[in-house]
Amino acid sequence: MAAPFSWIKPEPHGIYIEPADCWVDPSRAVGKALVTHGHADHARGGHGQTVATPETLAIMKLRYATSEGATPVEYSETIRLPGGVDATYIPAGHVLGSAQILLEHAGERVIVTGDYKRRADPTCPPFKVTACDIFITEATFGLPVFCHPPIEEEMRKLLDRLAAHPDRCVLVGAYALGKAQRVIAELRKAGHTDPIYLHGAMEKMCRLYEEHGVDLGELRLVADHTREEMRGAIVVCPPSALNDRWSRRLPDPITAMASGWMRVRQRARQRNVELPLVISDHADWSELTRTIREVDAQENWITHGREDALLRWCQLHQRRARALALVGYEDEDD
Amino acid sequence: MEEFAALVDALVYTRSRNEKLRLIAEYLRATPDPDRGWALAALADGLDFPAVKSSTIRNLMKDRVDPVLWTLSRDFVGDTAETASLLWPAPEEPPSPPTVSEAVELLSSMNRKSVVTELPRLLDRLDASGRYALLKLATGGMRIGVSSRLAKTAFAQAFDVSVDEVEEYWHGLAAPYPELFDWAAHGKDPPDIENLPTFRPFMLAHPLEETVVDPAEYAAEWKWDGIRVQLVRAGGETRLYSRSGDDISATFPELLDVLPFNAVLDGELLVRGNVQGGEAGGAASFNALQQRLGRKTVSKKMLAEAPAFVRLYDVLIAEGDDLREKDWTSRRAALERLMARLPESHFDLSSLVEARDFEHLAEIREGSRDDAIEGLMLKRKDSPYIAGRRVGYWYKWKRDPLLVDCVLMYAQRGSGKRSSFFSDYTFGCWDGDPDQGADLLPVGKAYSGFTDEELKKLDRHVRSNTVNRFGPVRETDKSLVFEVAFDSVHESKRHKSGLAMRFPRIHRIRWDKPPHEADQIEALRSLVRD
Repeated sequence: MAAPFSWIKPEPHGIYIEPADCWVDPSRAVGKALVTHGHADHARGGHGQTVATPETLAIMKLRYATSEGATPVEYSETIRLPGGVDATYIPAGHVLGSAQILLEHAGERVIVTGDYKRRADPTCPPFKVTACDIFITEATFGLPVFCHPPIEEEMRKLLDRLAAHPDRCVLVGAYALGKAQRVIAELRKAGHTDPIYLHGAMEKMCRLYEEHGVDLGELRLVADHTREEMRGAIVVCPPSALNDRWSRRLPDPITAMASGWMRVRQRARQRNVELPLVISDHADWSELTRTIREVDAQENWITHGREDALLRWCQLHQRRARALALVGYEDEDD
Repeated sequence: MEEFAALVDALVYTRSRNEKLRLIAEYLRATPDPDRGWALAALADGLDFPAVKSSTIRNLMKDRVDPVLWTLSRDFVGDTAETASLLWPAPEEPPSPPTVSEAVELLSSMNRKSVVTELPRLLDRLDASGRYALLKLATGGMRIGVSSRLAKTAFAQAFDVSVDEVEEYWHGLAAPYPELFDWAAHGKDPPDIENLPTFRPFMLAHPLEETVVDPAEYAAEWKWDGIRVQLVRAGGETRLYSRSGDDISATFPELLDVLPFNAVLDGELLVRGNVQGGEAGGAASFNALQQRLGRKTVSKKMLAEAPAFVRLYDVLIAEGDDLREKDWTSRRAALERLMARLPESHFDLSSLVEARDFEHLAEIREGSRDDAIEGLMLKRKDSPYIAGRRVGYWYKWKRDPLLVDCVLMYAQRGSGKRSSFFSDYTFGCWDGDPDQGADLLPVGKAYSGFTDEELKKLDRHVRSNTVNRFGPVRETDKSLVFEVAFDSVHESKRHKSGLAMRFPRIHRIRWDKPPHEADQIEALRSLVRD
């Protein structure tokens, strides 16, 4: 009999499931990939076969313009992989379509979370705590300094600043997949009904969200409107466009950025951000530690992020843990 | 404290200089005395509370947060005060923030023992922003993108007075500057500083770069490799100030009873020796001076072995006569006349360098390498003595730096604006022929010389080529070559290579160069001059 959990192998380029000859979130093209969600560092193009939620597949199709070998799996649905491995997709609460993947083989249960958060998000179903033996968790914000405030507070900050400067606009840098739509949906929840202006790179993803039932209100493209029309408005763009020449067409923008990193002042300064909005689609320190406690796995494997600190926390709380050295995960824009 | 905390936060996130000026000025106008005076002092110079240091905060935190988690957090955030403000356990009571003056009073009354209980009590009265502002204020330099000059300019703007006048009074007064506010905000007489031995801001030089000057209009002097100082005598007392206006009198006691009349003199502090300037020199290398810097007390042995003297450049005030409005030629003549009354043991005059034309000057500068002189200073003969750096008057024309190709060995995260970026680099040279199996030995560290774009690439290089981690330090696979520029190199026991570079910086990043083609230690050693 094989040693416990020898069927699952953390490799530098992803997590390899040996009996099924397939990978979870591989960072290079493989024959068969299980993909947790549509962010580029998890969902690469070029795999022979891609197993993911329909929403994630739609996002990948939008980004890579191919859908060969796409195998959709609904939330809670289990599919049988070769070699006697079952895979079940469970909501992760990160972005539209995001899933944790529960892998079962020979009576052993392993969960790969991909990225996740525990806060309510109007654009995707909430993270579901699921029992398992090995919990492979992300640790993007795995330091005790990270504490994401309630999103309502950050929306209030944004709307107050907007109201104080009716002649200017607030330019919000937000990751094009997930963060942007969540910020817009939360603005709507907070009662902001004015048109919101989009950088061209945001448009298709917003439409895709709307097609999947997320109401974003009236959206307009910056390119179709004059500087005058955008005074007093909110404009959303990818973080890379914040300090770009593109923003010169806007009416004296106040630069904001929606990101968990904004909790640290110097991070905001590095980005030349005037209005930091601490909004993240990842779990903060208390959510990470709470999740590890609630899942209560025999062992926790910690990936991409500040593994050291979460590892230390596990030690202090007498939970078995190890850090995985996966490559290719980027965290700069969240 | 809430208003001050809000100001600090707003300043952190503001890019525009004008907006920063507006924010500070608005605060200064709206805030009562003496709160605004303390705030101004904190922004301009930083306050000093002997019992509250970065290490005090660290120790407080280690009682409240696991030490490993603290270290990892501090390393990521890059700022002790900010890390502590974020990690401080939220108090159960609602905040009851003190005024700035009350906070200053409490901080001043703490000693090394009481700080352990008193500082936590103060922190518990504040929210996260308040804690950040308090800890920044308590530990001196705020480092929030506000220079001393900017704070003083904001003060001048707030009350519509001249910033040069503010500079003039500033160093004769102490926080919270009641006399300054009485004068600027309440219309009283300006402060009287004539009989105080106070620092007058230095006139500074621009790098010459592509500019060409005519030696007929510009006087040339050697740029001596010591530290720029100001020696001031007034009201029966002599004081020595460094370039930043720090009082360094205690470090050089031999200079405190040798100025026989009231004056403000500008010069280079040097140690006797025979390295700099050959015949006209009589000064030891900077290395020798460095042994004497930063000491609070000086032994007799030190005084005998490395006696200091001042090589004079300029005179600002002599016997009540303010010469700063006069042109350089007149001031130079006045200085030359004063030399007869100054003891040779502790003063000499910085000699002028005569040149036929600019090309001749360039030749002379090239030849200055062996003399361990930094280069040339060029001063327009009709220039008044003006605080700060004014275009067109004074230029520094440093000799070209020495260059050596080194290999990146270790990297560490930076602080402040560079926190989270691997921006501090240790590099090495080969201790023999790398093709014969020689090893790299560290020869220096550099933090500058690259653009923000290059920093991002370097950071990525470090992250993806790490072979080992030692706490905050990453060891890389030694695959990247830096062309390192430096001013000079000296024997040193501090480094395993036995060498220490002066002011090393990254000159070019040689992405193209294979590491085994980097320089060997011997190449570097051959550049040692002392």
